[in-house]
Amino acid sequence: MNINLTLIGQSITFIIFVWFCMRFIWPPIMEALNERRKTIADGLAAAAEGQRERERGQHDADQLIEEAKSQAQEIISKAEKRGAEVVAEAKDEARAEGDKIIIAARSEIEMEANQAKEQLRVQVAQLAIAGAEQILSREVDSKTHEKMLSDLAGNL
Amino acid sequence: MASSETLTASGYIKHHLQNLTFGNHPDNGWSIAHSAEEASEMGFMAIHLDSMFWSIVLGILFLVVFRMVAVRVTSGTPGALQNFIEWIVDFIEDNVRGSFSGKNDLIAPMALTLFVWVLLMNLMDLVPVDWIPELAKLLGIEYMKVVPTTDPNITFSLALSVFVLMIYFNIKIKGLGGFLGELTLQPFGKYMMPVNLFLEGISLLAKPLSHALRLFGNLYAGEMIFILIALLYSTGWVLGIMGGFLQWAWAVFHVLIVLLQAFIFMVLTIVYMDMAHHEH
Repeated sequence: MNINLTLIGQSITFIIFVWFCMRFIWPPIMEALNERRKTIADGLAAAAEGQRERERGQHDADQLIEEAKSQAQEIISKAEKRGAEVVAEAKDEARAEGDKIIIAARSEIEMEANQAKEQLRVQVAQLAIAGAEQILSREVDSKTHEKMLSDLAGNL
Repeated sequence: MASSETLTASGYIKHHLQNLTFGNHPDNGWSIAHSAEEASEMGFMAIHLDSMFWSIVLGILFLVVFRMVAVRVTSGTPGALQNFIEWIVDFIEDNVRGSFSGKNDLIAPMALTLFVWVLLMNLMDLVPVDWIPELAKLLGIEYMKVVPTTDPNITFSLALSVFVLMIYFNIKIKGLGGFLGELTLQPFGKYMMPVNLFLEGISLLAKPLSHALRLFGNLYAGEMIFILIALLYSTGWVLGIMGGFLQWAWAVFHVLIVLLQAFIFMVLTIVYMDMAHHEH
């Protein structure tokens, strides 16, 4: 229980130990702790940033989809309109074409009818002439009466 | 000597409370004291070999373990030991940050050293009181007090070192004038200077005294009770078994004291250092 040199010896030991701790133990451990703290803080910040990035991406994607949808809608309605137009045009064309065909057919029919009439007339005239020739074979000179007969055929 | 061999109760207690002292005896010169009387005759020129030995061994244990971790320390995933050490370091760092407002790189390492070192020295109290002394007796060593903090030399040297640092930082931060002003100009103003000096002087001197004696007193009393309990073992069956229970119960309670006193010693150190850095 005596106070003696132990006091001084222990004080020296204390100083050396504190010096050692301050020099070789505290700084590296604190450095590691701070580094880890920083790493964790950075990680959390990065995670938050990633979250925000993801949300932004999601938002962009939503917007794109929305745009695409409206564009598709537009294209579809344009196409429908165009389709209707095409059908209408085709109908008009077809009608015009039909009219044309009808007109052409009518004129052809008329022409053919006229030709047939002409032929008929010629044949009737020939028949009439033939008949008349047979009936009047001697009295009628075909040369002198030809003009009269052709006039007759023209009137038929 | 022969008197210390006899197993009387008071002899047993005294034997346990005697340090292994090496010093300059008036008659024998530099030698190891063979009795309490010889040790006290040596006066100041003596050293307690057991206190020094155990405190240095425990201090080196602390430094080696912590240094081992400090060398291999990683900021990645820590191992079990590093985790444990980091836990202690973080605990100290928290305390320093909470109580110490100045900026000084010395304070935290000092607090760490004091806390772990004092804790280790206190923990020696939990080793049954006869084990190491009996072992030492086999090696021919007469006295062996294994708990350094039950030696007032140890606690006072720590407290006085802190006290010297406190004065040093007081003067460094506030200047000699500032420090003296703090001692003499408050709490009653400059016209009551002697009274102020008296009051502040007592409060200043009480700091190392209470710092050292609090630790010493708690541990000394704890050690004393362990010794008294150990006495029961030599008094027969029934009391011996009771002693076993008592020792266990006291050890459990003492774990708390051991930890608490180490913590208080560290916190007081931080607070004193904060006072030295803090201008009123």
